Amino acid sequence: MTRLRDVASLIRSKNAGPFVLTIDILFDTDEVYQQVVKHPALSQENVASLLGIPVDDIRLVPYPAGQAIKVSFPRPVVAGSPDDTDVTGGQQYAVLVDLDVSESAST
Amino acid sequence: MSKRELRYVAACGMLGTGFRAKSLRAGVARKPDFIGCDAGSNDGGPYLLGTGGITSRARERDYQLALEGAMTLGVPLVIGSCGGSGLDHSVDEMGEWTDRIAKAAGKKVRVAKIYAEPDREVLKAKFRAGKVTPLFGARPIEESTFDSSTHVTAMMGAEALQAAMSEGADVVLAGRCSDSAIFAAMPLARGFDAGLAWHAAKIMECGTAAAANRMVQDSMICTMRDGSFDIEPLDQKFRCTPVSVAAHSLYENSDPYRLVEPGGTVDTTASRYTAKNERIVTVTGSVFEADSPYTMKLEGAEQIGYQSFAFGAIRDPVILDQIESWRDGAANQIRQRISDDLGLDEGRDYALELRLYGVNGVLGRREFVHGRDGHEAVLLMLVTAADEEVAATVARAGNHIAMHFHVPEWSGSITTLAYPFGPQVIDRGPVYRFTLNHAVATDATELLRYDYEEMGAK
Repeated sequence: MTRLRDVASLIRSKNAGPFVLTIDILFDTDEVYQQVVKHPALSQENVASLLGIPVDDIRLVPYPAGQAIKVSFPRPVVAGSPDDTDVTGGQQYAVLVDLDVSESAST
Repeated sequence: MSKRELRYVAACGMLGTGFRAKSLRAGVARKPDFIGCDAGSNDGGPYLLGTGGITSRARERDYQLALEGAMTLGVPLVIGSCGGSGLDHSVDEMGEWTDRIAKAAGKKVRVAKIYAEPDREVLKAKFRAGKVTPLFGARPIEESTFDSSTHVTAMMGAEALQAAMSEGADVVLAGRCSDSAIFAAMPLARGFDAGLAWHAAKIMECGTAAAANRMVQDSMICTMRDGSFDIEPLDQKFRCTPVSVAAHSLYENSDPYRLVEPGGTVDTTASRYTAKNERIVTVTGSVFEADSPYTMKLEGAEQIGYQSFAFGAIRDPVILDQIESWRDGAANQIRQRISDDLGLDEGRDYALELRLYGVNGVLGRREFVHGRDGHEAVLLMLVTAADEEVAATVARAGNHIAMHFHVPEWSGSITTLAYPFGPQVIDRGPVYRFTLNHAVATDATELLRYDYEEMGAK
């Protein structure tokens, strides 16, 4: 099995303002980026379901100039609220790290 | 195309994160037209905006080196979002630092202080006139939100900084300010293309974040020309590559093709990133789309109560085998006893959360790994209440219940939690939440106040 962490050079998350979370997936080469960006595991629908966010709330932006894929969505809780578990949003990328992006894998 | 150039140095990504003195000196040796650094971030949550600013020796050290560099050259130093959240008193505090540093250097400087906490009555009038609109994800507000917020700031754009520099300011100390505006102000005033000026500024405001092999924060230099700009790290060991600079548009931003700035948006769809050499990247093609009407971003935070917490670790495999049901049982017991003994009810008087690190402490309901897969866990008991004494009382009573809560397999009383420190309950004081993340239609300067002062040597 090929996991996203095996092919990405960096997977990270952060607040984009107090009300939005954003996840970046970066690749070392354009070739790997081109392969992975088309993978069904990284469809808007599948990523939304992994994050537990309605599909219409997710913005998934392929960004070839940066060899990267960006995923942005409204924060389930506003940054720094008493029930927020991740004030800067720094660990929210964890749900995507072990995503199966094998050539044969489908969702 | 003319050959004119404008160079500027970013001391680092944020005042206090540090940079090598040697890197800044290398920047000063290139005779930049100005030096800038942002001092703020909302990333740490609403606390800073709620309480006031931060200050530290690291911030003062970075500021001193940047100011000494600017004074040596006789060029402006531009600082945005003083104190972290850009409050008025943080602007004044950096004014005091400036006076002391300039005196010690035997220099006289003209300082512009730009205050960005607008009059609440003016904001309420804007709200009533329908000129305040929520940005993506912001919650609904009422007129009273402007009174209940402990601080409200308006994020200034390039225009306010340009006004200060045109008044001859050597040092511009800005309250809440767009990070990019710090670096876009002078290039825009000198007539450089707005798309390129803002795009360069957006990259520079994060210091070495745009470098391919960034290990630590450090100083960067930008060279603006008509039709292009160059991004270059000042430490020879750092490299910028076309991909690293392009990828920087991803950072803390929801769309890499649409960089939203005060007064408009940079469209990077047609941007081209090329390697000038192995360390320097040249960018072309970025386009600016001006907003109509002009808006400024309002930020605000209000106090929602007080918080007390306890933090204890669990190593007993018997508890770990049933940790979530054990936690739920403890939570129920706490609610019951607090109600019976103290007449305090959850929801009405306080909020209780027993969060389990090692189980789902980070992802919460989004956690997809279920069942026990570790040999340690941490229970964080979090109590939030409008009343400080209620939060403190519930946390202490609750902690005592949790630390001895019954484990069915053991007959008799045990201690279930290992504490890293005593006392076990910590009262962490007031807690805040963001109230405003709104755009207000205004001109670029009516919500701001300016003060000019001669500082340093007489």
